Amino acid sequence: MLTFTLRRLLLSIPTLLAISLVIFLILELAPGDPVASMPLTIPPEVREKIRESLGLGAPFHVRYLLWLKAFFVTEPLHALDALLGTDFAAGSQRILSFQSRSPVFDIIAERLPQTLTVVGMAYLIGVLIAVPIGIISAYRQYSWFDQIGTLIAMLGYSVPTFFTGVLLIVVFSVHLGWFPSIYDTTLVVDSWDSFLLQVRQMTLPVAVLALYNAAQISRFMRASMLDNLHQDYVRTARAKGMGERVVVFVHVLRNSMIPVVTVVALGVPGVFGGAIITEQVFKVNGLGQLLITAIYGNDVPMVQTLTFIFAILIVLFNLVADVLYGLLDPRIRYD
Amino acid sequence: MRLKLILLATAAALAGAGPAHAERGADGHVNVIYWQAPSILNPFLSGGTKDIESASLVIEPLAGYDEKGVLFPRLAESIPTVENGGVSADLTTITWKLKPGLLWSDGTPVTSADVVFSWEYCTHPEGGCAQLGAFEGVKTVEAVDDLTVKVTFDAQKPVPYGPFVGGQSPIIQKAQFADCLGTKAPECTAANFGPIGTGPFKVVDFKTNDVIQLEANPHYRDPAKPAFATMTFKGGGDAAAAGRAVLETGEFDYAWNLQLAPDVLKGMAAAGKGEAMSAFGTLVERIEMNLTDPSPSLPEGERSTAKHPHPILSDLKVRKALSMAIDRALLVEVGYGQAGRPTCNIVPAPAMFASDNTDCLKQDIEGAKALLTEAGWVPGPDGVRVKDGMRLKLLYQTSVNAVRQDFQALIKQWWSEIGVETELKSIDASVYFGADPGSPDTFQRFYADVEMYANNFNGTDPQAYLASYTCEKAPKPETQWQGENINRYCDPAYDALVAELGKTADLTKRTEIAKKLNEMLTKETYTIVPLVDRGRVSARSNSLGGVVLNTWDTELWNAADWYRIK
Repeated sequence: MLTFTLRRLLLSIPTLLAISLVIFLILELAPGDPVASMPLTIPPEVREKIRESLGLGAPFHVRYLLWLKAFFVTEPLHALDALLGTDFAAGSQRILSFQSRSPVFDIIAERLPQTLTVVGMAYLIGVLIAVPIGIISAYRQYSWFDQIGTLIAMLGYSVPTFFTGVLLIVVFSVHLGWFPSIYDTTLVVDSWDSFLLQVRQMTLPVAVLALYNAAQISRFMRASMLDNLHQDYVRTARAKGMGERVVVFVHVLRNSMIPVVTVVALGVPGVFGGAIITEQVFKVNGLGQLLITAIYGNDVPMVQTLTFIFAILIVLFNLVADVLYGLLDPRIRYD
Repeated sequence: MRLKLILLATAAALAGAGPAHAERGADGHVNVIYWQAPSILNPFLSGGTKDIESASLVIEPLAGYDEKGVLFPRLAESIPTVENGGVSADLTTITWKLKPGLLWSDGTPVTSADVVFSWEYCTHPEGGCAQLGAFEGVKTVEAVDDLTVKVTFDAQKPVPYGPFVGGQSPIIQKAQFADCLGTKAPECTAANFGPIGTGPFKVVDFKTNDVIQLEANPHYRDPAKPAFATMTFKGGGDAAAAGRAVLETGEFDYAWNLQLAPDVLKGMAAAGKGEAMSAFGTLVERIEMNLTDPSPSLPEGERSTAKHPHPILSDLKVRKALSMAIDRALLVEVGYGQAGRPTCNIVPAPAMFASDNTDCLKQDIEGAKALLTEAGWVPGPDGVRVKDGMRLKLLYQTSVNAVRQDFQALIKQWWSEIGVETELKSIDASVYFGADPGSPDTFQRFYADVEMYANNFNGTDPQAYLASYTCEKAPKPETQWQGENINRYCDPAYDALVAELGKTADLTKRTEIAKKLNEMLTKETYTIVPLVDRGRVSARSNSLGGVVLNTWDTELWNAADWYRIK
């Protein structure tokens, strides 16, 4: 298992390099200009100077290599400096955002906690709701519970979050006034009251995202349970006189979890990626909102770095899913 | 102190619902929302309006414009003029005097060295300063004494109020930015995110593209202001959400620039929690005519250049007919509501510079038809006019934007009524307004017959704006398609008049020339067809007092005077 993991990790290096080049080239070839959003009152000569000061004067391969160096050398060294108080990265160029002219990684570090609390919480709640719903729906297939569960899952899966988000705001913020429509990103949780405020402002975005996640995962769970419930080994277990509880939760559930674990694990990078639309609707200052504003502003270094980090996470969690297979199903061996 | 408070309270009570200017910080907290989030608080490193306006709460210029477009001193003691000797008689220097006793928010004194440094900072050749335009023509800026600064121009400058005037050209603290010149500018993140200033507020915490927390500047020059102790400046989302937060849920006190459909805005205001305010500046939505041939059959490098005049639009009668067919009042009703009014001028304001040209306001379909017939364009079998075998067909481009697409559809309809076939094209704004010389879709390149966008000018003097239509400013391949004379308009008489404007100091004379230039571009040649004078709509909650909407400077120009209505 260890050699498998190591081999996969080594293999991911060329994969990631290729991905980084592809991202860079796509951004390079895409039309757009970081000074396009500036007012027309700024004269063309000044625009040209701004473009030069952003480093856009250099040919693209030079810019790509500079970015690679900054991403793999300068930024890790800088993180080390920040941790140990050393001075390795002094004077070297970090990756700077076009919009704010500040280091991209500082902004990401500032945004990550919000994304993890809101989107992560929504994912967790989604999974916690989806798994029991999937199990019961499958075990009591075509019962009223299954029918209602299917209906809600269909709604949650097919209604887009920009609709549910605004709908919840109109109902719960505008008409009932129960929850705020704008997430207060300056709130510091240091007391019971501020914790309650935090819970209140998280309720709507988490509800929107949890519904979407739960809908998706509960369908997988149900399908996977149904596959297993009709297998021979289930009949054998029952014939041996095992109780329903043991049959369902020990035999069927464990086998059914394999595809579900893949889906859940592959969804985790999505948590880090933030929820672009929901974050924008509720103004949560997470990574999704960061990415979309960077795309609007043609902030190439930010978009490049964020998408590449997502690529790393996806490669990594694919590996995690593979390793978890082995743990759940002893028949699967990679050596 | 108590006596003063009682007196003030009595005075306030006598004044009815007037502001209770008790003391600094007495009114607690105020929430402001901009649907575009500020990225940086250093306007020199960003041209974005959101950045300039948020920074204007913290750093200030020597002088600013009020809601009528009149200059008033901020850090300066008074506005220098030729009469008071502040501007030299030959119009080449302007001498500013700082108010005595000004302090930065860290308690150190503001001196002329800071003003000189602000100029050095922006004009550093490697800095990429976005506000370089304000310093155009400036030869030197020198400190005469601790409180006096002399700006010398390299030529006559009839309107010397470019440098250090308005939110785009603030004074930054030398001590804070001394190590941030040129290529080092972006490395000073702490300074760029938290400039030390002289404004009513100072930065407590800045989260880029998200939120700014501010508190009252303890060293602000008026000891009774600002009334608010703290401010949250939230950014991001969309105009509808920002409007909702002020007008419907009441979570915020002020929302900036609500570009919303008129009926949407009306619906929100009906909730009764706030009001939508509007004011007009110089922003004009217009159609620009291409006077050169954009035909793809021409070789690259000659397309849309002065070498080939436009086969259809070179004829004044055609351009005029196209303008006559448009019902501007309907465009306003559909697209802008209270935030727009029909106009025939590209300089719609200030009032003294605005021509009384109203010819275009009435739609005249029959007149337009007659004019086209007169020009030799006769209706063909399918209703589209033809002349010498050529169909009267135009490509009409603009940026992707719901209102602009509505306008395109309406105008296409009116033009089809007079026998003009129109092909519509909409381009993503980041490409259209981007200046990529390799892209065929930029508005400068103008590979279309007519195009629509909005433009305005900073401050109140239209000289630089009108000067952008001189012959040599036409975008062409030799200049990497840079240039502001989008139409490739070229008239030696116009160029001569622009040069004269540059030498004229007398205000009455200036307004005459400016009006003439405006008319040459609009009603005399129909090179530019103005459509809508676009105002600004912002919203305030019913409990926020002292707000005066200003389109001549940053909208937050008088945040020091804001107070809570109790």
